[in-house]
Amino acid sequence: MGALIELKNIGYSYHSLSGETGAIKDISFSVEEGEFVALVGPSGCGKSTLLSIIAGLLAPEAGTIVVNNPDGSLHYPRIGYMLQHDHLFEWRTIYQNVTLGLEIHHALTPERIAHVEQLLSDYGLEKFKSKRPSELSGGMKQRAALIRTLALDPQLLLLDEPFSALDYQTRLMVSSDICQLIRKAGKTMIIVTHDLSEAISLADKVYVLSARPATIKAALPIQLTLQDSSPLAARNAPEFPYYFKQLWEELTDET
Amino acid sequence: MKPKNVQNNQLLTVQEQYLRKHKNHHRQVAFLRIFLLGVFLLLWEVSADYRWIDSFFFSSPHRVVLCLIQLWTERSLPMHIGITLLETILSFLLVFVISLLFATLLWFSDKLSEILEPYLVLLNSLPKSALAPLFIVWLGTGINTIIIAGISVAVFGSIISFYTAFHQVDPEKEILIRTLGGDRRDIFFKVVLPGSVPTLLCTTKVNIGLSLVGVIIGEFLAAKRGLGYLIIYGSQVFQLDMVISSILLLCVIAMLLYLLTQSLEHYSKKHRN
Repeated sequence: MGALIELKNIGYSYHSLSGETGAIKDISFSVEEGEFVALVGPSGCGKSTLLSIIAGLLAPEAGTIVVNNPDGSLHYPRIGYMLQHDHLFEWRTIYQNVTLGLEIHHALTPERIAHVEQLLSDYGLEKFKSKRPSELSGGMKQRAALIRTLALDPQLLLLDEPFSALDYQTRLMVSSDICQLIRKAGKTMIIVTHDLSEAISLADKVYVLSARPATIKAALPIQLTLQDSSPLAARNAPEFPYYFKQLWEELTDET
Repeated sequence: MKPKNVQNNQLLTVQEQYLRKHKNHHRQVAFLRIFLLGVFLLLWEVSADYRWIDSFFFSSPHRVVLCLIQLWTERSLPMHIGITLLETILSFLLVFVISLLFATLLWFSDKLSEILEPYLVLLNSLPKSALAPLFIVWLGTGINTIIIAGISVAVFGSIISFYTAFHQVDPEKEILIRTLGGDRRDIFFKVVLPGSVPTLLCTTKVNIGLSLVGVIIGEFLAAKRGLGYLIIYGSQVFQLDMVISSILLLCVIAMLLYLLTQSLEHYSKKHRN
């Protein structure tokens, strides 16, 4: 099928002298190109571990990841990873921050720089290019962090509770804003969150993970009648309470 | 219109009052600092003049001034000051370079740092003045020995501080570099080093004082020049004026070196923002 990436029976445990702790176990799912997938689960259930494995930061102890590039090539998809905090460096200007990835890859080519400049002006950050991160609002910092991620032109974006450091009101605005930008850029996305409303309003499909060691308990495709609307408006969709109830039951049903 | 104006005026005066208070506070502190020094010098001079203390042992401000003039004209005082300053600054710079290189090496190899940790702690807590006689036997009585003595006092603590600073960098920032495709080298040069600059500067402030301590210890034992030599020589020939004058000069040097590092820190803060 057209799955960009397919996880098969992925397992991982953490080892310490006092023993082995299973973090995730036998996880299989696939992500289509352009799809938005949300992973929800109780805190400490190994969601972040799973993202780290997909990102290639950790090697799985069991299972395989199958990659199907649309162009038939065999390389691992280019991954963009957004962490909980924006982690913009105060000793760099916004411009130097967003080009950090290109700098690391020694890829500061004129086309890439033009791409970054385009993103900066698209996202309304052009004026702030030479400012320091502390001079920007929370939302603008997240946008800058997104540009830093998009500068490397990733195929798959991984978001690890990327808005949880923001206050509630900002969080609603920023999560809606960032996800719309990612959709517009035509990227595929996997987001980890513990906020059920956020998962329903942003994702095409929600996977519920169990407590540790995490397995997939349920997969819930989201179909809201307010198509083509912002994630903020999605919260008013008639199906929203239904999905919320179902996710809530799956999460709390610890058998 | 009018009430608004009045309010503005009031606001202005409150702000002005605050500023004035702030200014006054600083002025008072500065004045009292100088006043304290003046009282001390006056008391010293008076008690020496009225023979409450024996000025042969305790000297007095005017004897210090006379002694400094004499040292300047007859014993080439600028040379002694210059030598001590040169040795201090050289050993301070070497401490910085050595501890930066060593701490970097330790950061790159967790195993090496684990192996070397007890040795570093041991060397750091060892009284370095105990090593000075060894340095003299091994290296002779030259400027090298004294610079080595200066380095030995500061370098181990400095390595530990630098290494600790490198380790206190937010691990999530390191993950960020990895998600952007960077390796350990990128982590070091993009995050760890620039993120540690404030701590490095702070350690540097301590180091310059420690280097001075080491240099004076070295000069006590193995020098024919420098302020440490003047202190030891003065005490041996019972010229306590010379000892006290040299000590006062050391105070001034320590103060100047501190101001130097502080302005360095100031400059870097300004440069970063």
